[in-house]
Amino acid sequence: MSGPDKVTSLSEAVGRLVRPGAALALGLGLEGFVPFAAAHEIIRQGIGDLTLIGPISNILFDQLIAAGLVRRVIAAWVGNVSTGIGYNFRRAVEEGIPHPLEVIDHSNFSISLALEAAARGLPLAVGRSPLGSDMVKNSPHFKPFTCPHSGQKLLAIKAVKPDLAVVHVQRADAGGNCQVWGATGITRQAVLAAGRVLVTCEEIVPPEVIRADPDRTLVPGFLVEAVCEVPWGAHPAPVQGYYDLDGPFFLEYAAATRRREDALAWLEEWVYALEDRGSYLDKLGRGRWRALMVRHSRPTPPVEYGW
Amino acid sequence: MDYSPGDIMVCAAAAQIKDGEVVFVGMRLPLLAFLLAKCTHAPNAVGLFENGILRDTPATAPIVTMGDAPNQTGAVRTCDLAEVMTLLSGGHVDLGFIGGAQVDVFGNVNTHEVRTGQGMLRLPGSGGGADIACLARRLLIIMAHQRRRLVPRVDFITSPGFGDGPGWRKRQGLSRGGPAALITTLGVFAFDTGRAVLTHLHPGVELEKVREETGWELEVAPELETTPEPTPRQLDIIRRFDPQRFWTG
Repeated sequence: MSGPDKVTSLSEAVGRLVRPGAALALGLGLEGFVPFAAAHEIIRQGIGDLTLIGPISNILFDQLIAAGLVRRVIAAWVGNVSTGIGYNFRRAVEEGIPHPLEVIDHSNFSISLALEAAARGLPLAVGRSPLGSDMVKNSPHFKPFTCPHSGQKLLAIKAVKPDLAVVHVQRADAGGNCQVWGATGITRQAVLAAGRVLVTCEEIVPPEVIRADPDRTLVPGFLVEAVCEVPWGAHPAPVQGYYDLDGPFFLEYAAATRRREDALAWLEEWVYALEDRGSYLDKLGRGRWRALMVRHSRPTPPVEYGW
Repeated sequence: MDYSPGDIMVCAAAAQIKDGEVVFVGMRLPLLAFLLAKCTHAPNAVGLFENGILRDTPATAPIVTMGDAPNQTGAVRTCDLAEVMTLLSGGHVDLGFIGGAQVDVFGNVNTHEVRTGQGMLRLPGSGGGADIACLARRLLIIMAHQRRRLVPRVDFITSPGFGDGPGWRKRQGLSRGGPAALITTLGVFAFDTGRAVLTHLHPGVELEKVREETGWELEVAPELETTPEPTPRQLDIIRRFDPQRFWTG
């Protein structure tokens, strides 16, 4: 037994779980595991007025902003990891196009701590960074204070609680137990903070696979609302053991989004005109995605887990 | 062998990594600097990557950014950001690299917003930059040397250097660290006094050119040196990890 079956289609999961006005934590792996398929489904369904929470968010946030679905961003970095600037983010902040955007700035460490505080049911986390940064000035999330024990100057970082975490993982069972290997960024903190998770995965596996290797389980199924099998769901971001970063895609995206009308054309071409991830892969082309697959296999040897 | 300003910045940055040090590796040029140092004078250096990677060998193939698959294969640990940041916060990181849009004479770095004639230009933000600047024992800043980037005071302090001078970091609650060097396309600055002092000119660069491209009143070390030219071996290694000249072209 692995609990109730939570397997569903991505469109059903997004429609049921992502509410207008919700605070979503997503793009949590820093560079890997970015749930692009899920974000594209949110864009297709036009679910708006969102608050986006993340660390280095990569072009995922930029795309949701371009689609006019974002009211507020609570993040450490919004842009394109390969080229820097996210043009849609810039247009929104500088010119209010397509909507004005509220930005609450964090550092990578402080957003991780803010989520961890929420995960523990605490109103704040304590940090030293980013003391001295102008991010602290007039911030609704950072208040310097003096430690009652040591007298040190420290930072009270306000807890950040998402309504839902959206994550992409390597594998999960039908009950939502998720396994991940490789660097995970702030996935764990966000999942625990939200307490409600929409999972997309490369593969759904039998529960025995999960139980044979419990160290790799990052998300327990009881926090998961829906599991969707979406191979290539993180492209152009990498997923260890499945596919590598599609570097040129980020360069093409940067060139294609410099102007607002081109950015809208990009969304039409890569999101609105496509029905699902399958049609996205068809558009991408077999040659292109096959070239990203693992070519130098390095399976990890099994360990003894008996008694 | 021909080399680019990117190549010489990578070599100058690699020279700052001592063997056995724990290095918080950023993205772009610092990533190459770490790989170059590992393959030459610092084989025992350990690299931390904020997505959650600790590795003590070079990446197994050319990479564009830290999350690429060959940077995870063969790592000594993969984990989460909190664990890497905990090592940084605990004082275990000797050296961290950051870049930015603006830097000032006190080594404060701006990656948030720049005032221009057309208004405010919004940049991506801190990422892990502010964390590294606050918590690493030594901070290395890497930037293109242009007058609009090397400014008297940054428009926004994202990643704190020495603030407005001596004692500032302590007053903010930052008990250690601060910039050790600023490596640009034209030369290298040190911060022994808490202010940027030009210590090296890259080969073929005139002092006057540096003065023109520096927004603050340039202070020059009494014994100004020339940055060593990249060796063929160094350039071979850089080409191996950046074959498309993506970062160093």
